[in-house]
Order: sequence, then C-alpha cells, then structure tokens
Amino acid sequence: MKFKSKALLTAGFMTLASLGATTAQAVDLTMYYPVAVGGPVTKIIDEMVQGFQKENPDIKIEAVYAGNYTDTMTKAMTAMKGGQPPQLSVLFSTDLFTLMDEQAIVPIDELAGSDGKEWLNSFYPAFMENGQVGGKTWSVPFQRSTIVLYYNKDAFKEAGLDPEKPPATWAEMAEVSKKLVKKDASGNVTRWGVEIPSTGYGYWMLQALAIENGQKLMNEAGNKTFFNEKKTVEALQYWVDLAAKDGVMPKGAVEWGTLRTDFLEGKTAMMWHTTGNLTAVKEGAKFNFGVAMLPAKEQRGSPTGGGNFYVFKSATPEQQKAAVKFIRWMTAPERAADWSIKTGYVAVTPAAYETETMKAYVKGFPQAIVARDQLKHAVAELSVHDNGRIYKIVNDAVQAAVTGSQSPQEALESAQKQSERVLSRYK
Amino acid sequence: MVAAVMSDAAPSAAKRRTWTTSINAWLLLLPAIVLLATFTHYPILATLYHSFFSLGRSGPAEFIGLDNYRYMLDDDVFWQVLRNNFIFAIATVPTSIALALLMAVWVDKKIVGRSFLRLAFFTPTVLPMIAVANIWLFFYTPDYGLLDQFLRFLGFAGHNWLGDPATVMSCLAVMVVWKEAGFFMIFYLAALQTIPPELKEAASVEGASRWYFFRRVTLPLLMPTTLFISINALINSFKLVDQLVIMTKGGPNNASSLLLYYIYEVAFNFWDTTYAATLTVTLITILAAVALTKFVYLDRRIHYQ
Repeated sequence: MKFKSKALLTAGFMTLASLGATTAQAVDLTMYYPVAVGGPVTKIIDEMVQGFQKENPDIKIEAVYAGNYTDTMTKAMTAMKGGQPPQLSVLFSTDLFTLMDEQAIVPIDELAGSDGKEWLNSFYPAFMENGQVGGKTWSVPFQRSTIVLYYNKDAFKEAGLDPEKPPATWAEMAEVSKKLVKKDASGNVTRWGVEIPSTGYGYWMLQALAIENGQKLMNEAGNKTFFNEKKTVEALQYWVDLAAKDGVMPKGAVEWGTLRTDFLEGKTAMMWHTTGNLTAVKEGAKFNFGVAMLPAKEQRGSPTGGGNFYVFKSATPEQQKAAVKFIRWMTAPERAADWSIKTGYVAVTPAAYETETMKAYVKGFPQAIVARDQLKHAVAELSVHDNGRIYKIVNDAVQAAVTGSQSPQEALESAQKQSERVLSRYK
Repeated sequence: MVAAVMSDAAPSAAKRRTWTTSINAWLLLLPAIVLLATFTHYPILATLYHSFFSLGRSGPAEFIGLDNYRYMLDDDVFWQVLRNNFIFAIATVPTSIALALLMAVWVDKKIVGRSFLRLAFFTPTVLPMIAVANIWLFFYTPDYGLLDQFLRFLGFAGHNWLGDPATVMSCLAVMVVWKEAGFFMIFYLAALQTIPPELKEAASVEGASRWYFFRRVTLPLLMPTTLFISINALINSFKLVDQLVIMTKGGPNNASSLLLYYIYEVAFNFWDTTYAATLTVTLITILAAVALTKFVYLDRRIHYQ
C-alpha cells in the first residue's frame, strides 16, 4: 500500500514536471516543402532551419521534404483532412484559391504585427500578385522564379552565331535554332536547336508564349480562362511548329525532369526552364552558357512561378506567430540573397540585391540577374479556382498538340470547354 | 479457391451440423469477418453513399442523386481511361499467361541449371514496381536511353517512346508482362508437378506424340490454374498503376492513364472526393463482375481433378 501511494506521488510529480517543461518549451512547427529543381536543396533548407533555431531557441521547426509541388500539396491536404495539418508550408503560389476554398489558411497581414504592412511592401510586386486576394495577403513569396532561356554559347560559336546575342524574338529563335541543329551521317539529330518542356508544367510554358503574344490566360477573380482566344492558339501553334514544321525540337512530349540533363549533355543548344535551375546548370555545365529573357512576339514576358509560404488556419495563435517569425527570417535580405545564390531562384525583395554578397556574386556571374530583370515584364502565374483540375486540362491540351493527336485549335477549344464546366461553380 | 469449391460438392454434410458446431464455426470466422467488414465492406458502402452527394466546397454537401454519374458519362477523360484500361488488359493478360506457361513447361524439365533458370524467371516479380519503373524509364528515355542507344547502334533513328501516344501504352505493357509473367509461372509450375506421371507413361505406350499429349492431357489439366491466373491477371491490370506515377503520370494527354490512376488524380490532385467515389464505384462494379463471372459461370465449365 505504502509503496503504491509513493509510486502515485512520484508519477504525479513527474507529470507536473513535464507540464512545467512544456510551457517553457519551444513552439513546435511542422513545415512541408517541395523541390522542383536540381541541386542539394534539402540540405540548403535544413541549414537555414538550423540557423533560425540557433537564433530562436524557443521555436522548433521540422522541415519535411514532400516531393514536387503537386505531391507537397497532396501531402498537406491529406494531413489536414486527417486532422494533423502542418502549421506552415511552402506550396505553389497558385494553389491560393484551392487553399482558400478548402478554408485551410489564414491571411498573413494581421499576424505580421505593427510593421507588417511595411514588410509585405518590401517584396517585388510581381511576386505578391499571386498571393493577394480581396485586399488581404494570404501568402509570402519564397522560392520564386520566372522562365528564362538558357543557351549554349559554345554551340552558338560552332554554328557561326554571335554567342553574346541570344534570340530576342520568336522569329529569331526559330531561325537560330535551325542553324544549331546538328545531324550525324545517317541523318539522325544529335543536337536539337531548342527544347520547351511539355510535361509537368506545360501550362506554364503555354502561358509564357501567350503573354509574349499579348494574351492573358485568366481573369483576376480566378473564375474565367482564355484558352481558345486566337492569340493563345497562335502561341501553341508556334510551339508545335518548332517540332513539326521547323524540325528544331524533338517531336512528342519533352520531359521537364530530364531537360536539364539534355542541355548539360549538349543534346539541345537552348532550353526554356525555370531560373530556379540556374545554380544546378552552373555546377553541371562543361561549356560556356548564357541566360536570356524569353524572346518576344508582341512583347517580352514570362509568368512568375514557384512557391510561397502559407500559414495554416488550424495552428494555434502562438504557432501562427512563430510561423510568421520564421517566414520573416527566411525572406530577410541576407537570407534571400543567399538562397538565390545557392539555387538560382529570384531573391524576393529588391533589398536582397543591395546586399554585399549578392553584388559580388552578380559581378562574377551576370546570368544571375536576368530573371530579376525580366520581372518588369512578368505576369502573375495562371491561378484559378480548382487549380489542380485546370492545370491538368491545360497540360493535356498542350500534350495533345505537341504529340500531334490534336491541332492546337482543337486542343484549346476542348480545354476551354472543360474549364468553363469546372469553373461554372465559382461564378 | 479450388479447395472452397470442392467442399461445396458435399451438401448433405451441412445438414448434420449441430448448433454448437455452427457457433464454433462463427466464432472462428469472427476475426476475419470483423476485419473484412471494417476495412472492405464498410468502405465500399461509404463510397457508394458519398457518390450521391455534392462536394460541398462552398456550402454543405447536398444529396444530388445521380448527378455525379451523369457527369462521369459526360467526361471524355473517363471514357478514355476506361478504353485504355481494356486495351491494357487485352495486351497484358494473354501474353503474360502464354509466356508463363512457356517458361513453366521449360523449367519443369530436368535440364542443367534448372534452379538458376527458375530464379531468373522469378526475379522480376520480387522487385518492387517502383524500382522496376525507374529502371525501365531509363530504357525508354529518348536519345541516351538503352533502347535508343541500341537502335542507334543498328543504324535506326531514336524515338520518344513514352512521349508518343502511339507507343506509350505498348511500352508499359511490355514492362508489365515482363514483371508479371514470372509470378504466374510459379502457379503453372506447381500445377505441372501435380500431373501424375502415369498419364505420360500411358500416353507414350499408346504412341501419342508430345504435342498431342500436351494439347489433350496437360492443357486441360492446367485449366483450373489458367482460370485462376487469368482472373488474377485481369484484376491486376486494373489494380496496378504504380508505374504510371514514375514513368508517365498518365500522359501524354491521358494516353497511358488507367482508371485507378485517374481516381487518384481526381481524389488527391483535384480534391473532388465525391466524383472520385463515383469513379471508385464504377471500378468496383467492373471488378465484381469479373469475379462473379468466375464463381458463377466459369467454375462450372472447368474440369477439376
């Protein structure tokens, strides 16, 4: 008996002690994040998280790599529906409407404190576009990009082209590509002129071409798309013709994931890809390469792209505050500069480009500034309600066209019809 | 499965069962029933129930009757993945069965290195589909993939195998046959070893040729196994979609997408859970029809020893 009460007492003390410990203990946060580019990104994130925890011992962050953007969204949403959502996540900036429709996230403005407004105004406006709806800011830019043209300077020289003069218009790009195509004795192509990836992010590439042709793809309310407009069709036609008519791009779908390898192996002289891949290309290239803004038809242009920080609604107020603290730390000028240098993503604030590290880096590697300069031509990435479904519809249309199973006109008519059906719910 | 059918053959035994034995039997069955009810029957009914409701993304979920089913019949992608699935089944099931039989007959003989051959044929089955898909992805990669390198060596042009709607399905079918055939071979091998050697002796006394013996004796005796394998292969062709996640994501333009993969996309990329439930009900109906055909119709027509 005596023994039993003693044991109970001890247990009681232990519970008390552990209770005391939790109140004084760190706020625990779980963050999911995606990786869509090459290079040791998970290691970079882990180092940044450790740096933050060293300065803020009262906050503990578990950063979980969750696959590509779609996988990460799937994981976050499944966790949420299963009752254990993360407290913050890096997700597609364009998943905003879906996350709002699912009532998953909270606006950042109120959480950011008294100087919050000033902080949110310090970002590039082009990157804020995808995160602001109805006068509120729902997400904070982090790994943001634009599409750029990577080109192999050595191949340009070999083909008798000026390596300092990348193509500036659609017509020029087609012309230059013809000169860059190389064939072996039996007529098989050993080097293509240009490759635009059509798997994974086909909608993104189509949007770039449409913007350059002077056509936007969606309205601001996110419930209307413009896929079957004449200029969108022209954009897709140009893309298809690069393979079908000009013979400068491989026929069929061009794989997003292996395109960087194609470029590094010299299988293609130019590629359209996210600037997020810049550092991986720089590390891997055994030749001189250049980076240029995408060529223009009516105008220059690229959609922005990439991921933003979101804070989840189900987190406790302390967790939400801690999450915003972490986000502010991650996007501070020095960190943004460091992140940009290590990956190639565009640093999200102008202040980052004023830091000494960034200035020195850009001086030695001017390619790093191209994507940022392109921002003045950039447009918000395609983002509508039921985004996952719309992306699939557009990607299917792009693939139908590049594989030749439908004409661009047919493919986009069908995409528009399907989108209208999906979006009719949100009007 | 064969054993269950055989015990049915003695119906008079059931009448003699007393109360106690039947309670005893139910108690013994209870753990299995509980597990099946919780993880199979209840989810099926819940899926059916949800398929009659709206998504309720903006507002509460409402009963909408057959609207989801009407949407499905109007959905081009649904028809395409269904067609793909049947093509995929027709391409993989007979081929893998024929190949399995061929391999089994071969390694059933007393030849040198028999164990090694058996092991070699069975290896693809042991590998996880994800690993297999990653290996084959490299085979099919345009330009520097194994297949293209080989073709180039012979002087042919390369091809974008998985990026072309005309070839992507065949490429996946070849891989799945390669992976599945070894597994089915094991069943044939077991069945071949149950065929009594006297039959062979009798046949040779009668002067039957080897081909005649195979056609008139071996093949009919293998029929129960063939049925079992074909049902399994058919169900597998609807169940196996791991390779799509790695190799094509159902592309290009849904050319390689299968019904189950489409359900995954609808449920976990589009978050349209009620439509996913509708598609799932359709898939279950198809599979149930296959199973019923086996139990009700085919079993009566097959000769069991």
